[in-house]
Amino acid sequence: MQAPQQSVIGTLSPLAITFFMAFVLVTLGITYWAARRTKSAAQFYAAGGGITGFQNGLALAGDYMSAASFLGIAGLVSLKGYDGLIYSVGWLVGWPIVMFLISEPLRNLGKYTFSDVVAFRLRMKPIKTAAAIGSLVTVLFYLTAQMVGAGSLIKLMFNLPYEAAIFLVGGLIIAYVLFGGMLATTWVQIIKAVLLLGGATLLVVLCMAQVDFSYPALFSKASSLYGAKFLEPGGLVTKPLDAFSLGLALMFGTAGLPHILMRFYTVPDALEARKSVFYATGFIGYFYILTVTIGFGAAVLVGQKAITAIDAGGNMSALALAEHLGGGVFLGFLAAVAFATILAVVAGLTLAGASALSHDLYAGVLRHGQSNEREEMRVAKVSTVILGILAILLGLLFQKQNVAFMVGLAFAVASSANFPALVMSVMWKRFTTAGAVASIFTGLTVAVTLIALSPTVYEDVFQDGKVKARAAASARAVRLEGYARDAARAEADLQGRILAATQGLAAPGLPEPARVKRTAELKGLQADLALVQDGGLPAALAEARAARTTADAAVRPAPFPMKNPGVFSIFGAFFMGIVVSLLTREKEAEEKFEAEKVRTFIGIGAAGASGH
Amino acid sequence: MTAPSAHQILQDPEFIRLVRRKNTVTVVLTIVELVLYFGFIGLVAYDKPFLARTLGASAITAGIPIAVGVIVLSWILTGIYIFWANSRYDVMVRRIKDKVGR
Repeated sequence: MQAPQQSVIGTLSPLAITFFMAFVLVTLGITYWAARRTKSAAQFYAAGGGITGFQNGLALAGDYMSAASFLGIAGLVSLKGYDGLIYSVGWLVGWPIVMFLISEPLRNLGKYTFSDVVAFRLRMKPIKTAAAIGSLVTVLFYLTAQMVGAGSLIKLMFNLPYEAAIFLVGGLIIAYVLFGGMLATTWVQIIKAVLLLGGATLLVVLCMAQVDFSYPALFSKASSLYGAKFLEPGGLVTKPLDAFSLGLALMFGTAGLPHILMRFYTVPDALEARKSVFYATGFIGYFYILTVTIGFGAAVLVGQKAITAIDAGGNMSALALAEHLGGGVFLGFLAAVAFATILAVVAGLTLAGASALSHDLYAGVLRHGQSNEREEMRVAKVSTVILGILAILLGLLFQKQNVAFMVGLAFAVASSANFPALVMSVMWKRFTTAGAVASIFTGLTVAVTLIALSPTVYEDVFQDGKVKARAAASARAVRLEGYARDAARAEADLQGRILAATQGLAAPGLPEPARVKRTAELKGLQADLALVQDGGLPAALAEARAARTTADAAVRPAPFPMKNPGVFSIFGAFFMGIVVSLLTREKEAEEKFEAEKVRTFIGIGAAGASGH
Repeated sequence: MTAPSAHQILQDPEFIRLVRRKNTVTVVLTIVELVLYFGFIGLVAYDKPFLARTLGASAITAGIPIAVGVIVLSWILTGIYIFWANSRYDVMVRRIKDKVGR
């Protein structure tokens, strides 16, 4: 490990802005080009079905690989080691399920959205209403998480004001989707996926060059720095049922994400749809392996201490590694790629949300599927603007909130409200409209309610202040207990840390947020030293223990003890769908099942999106 | 001669065979994927020492190649499916489509 150099992360680097401006100019150019080719509804929703399997595979990967997974997983690995790797595996395993269960029926039965498939032989109005609500809830939770993440990341990376970042992202995605529709969105995804995969590959190559391209060398360094435990499973999976539940939500949630399912209509046929999932799975799997390597590399080459000095959550570890290995140029490039990644994911979500409003709710429910194309296009464009403004508002509204749970919630809703109804409508003849509606609303309400009652939301969000007070009280008690065990050593240790902190503060060019944070740390250390020196420690320790007990009791425990409701909400959605279908009978739906089955398997009569 | 109805296609032995093959492949591959992932999670939950064993003289634990293996095998499974679908399934579909004249 080299001596920590002064990082420029958190300053507005002209290089990063140049890279980012180049990305924006290119993507706006593409949007201008796409706008002239986006006249019909089929072009707006599905790029006229003219995207190849390879291109769509890259775009699917672009839709799925968020900045949060790039920076977040690298950060998790750099701080927690093996546990971060376990987490990344879960994000891939949904893709084979999409391939085996969803891809062909979706492509053969639908037109623009997955609710077309559910509504294929069931009654249009109730199904489209329920499915649109399921889609919109998924999209809005996902969108909120992305927008708040975007604002905070950009603040952290460039020191830009949060609001400016939100308006910038909101404005750009409205431009992409409104004028360029699916064609522009697809190309934004493709460019972003290539940049992200290329940037991450380069980072890994530079990183592995430091250890002579030897994984054993990388891991042995990690093990010698942070102990053998760093390469073993730790505390991530302590409750097996919770882990199982999360696994189900990740697996089946991927197969229920509206912005992912929508991509199956951009290719000409089932063959290309299949190919696109194969490519997407390969790209995404490769990306997670890169991200995990980056995490271990950052821990070894940059060091956990330097990483947490920039951001306690470790989110900047990939960027810190880029700066360490490639200097300001590479840091600027990768920061711009992370920003582009956010834009692309938000654009995909906005298009999916707008389609749920215009194609499902307006055309399917209000106009009974009889609207003319020009009308639907107008509504689609108005919906895009509404969704874009909503994204900005959600980003501003939840600025100070802990929204980390929202991606989990989006996956829980997708796996419970969208996936079961989709699967049963294709596979089960006796499935009825009432059963589908019951399944969608059961999945939706059970997922949302149980997450609201889970520790992540009931404690960490609703009782945010009390939980933080509990953590602070507990940390203080543990610290003072440590001093009490060996006062002489504690004194020497504190004096050393005070000296280091004073020197750190004197460093030139320290960004303002870091100065504020380090000044507070220094004050805390000085107060601790005073306690140890003047004999006030026993009294302070007793007080701290009492405060810990009080703070502990102040937090009301969550009624639902698990972090993830998947096992209950997915099971509940299937169960209610089956029971209600068996209690009702829909002759017409059963009759149409034959035609549906023929079309599912051999694609006869499948709507070629390009044919519209 | 009019094209056969959906009902007639459903009775066609070739179509029945197609459906059976497709369902078998789908179910088997889905189960393999479920076993792969939940088997891994099961090891993490119930047998941490197994994953914590180091390989040979290196610091690499068994858990690392196993986790990467789950990612790579998941991708290979999608490859197996696409290989089967492109080489067998699509041929059967084309034969049925030719027969029913659509």
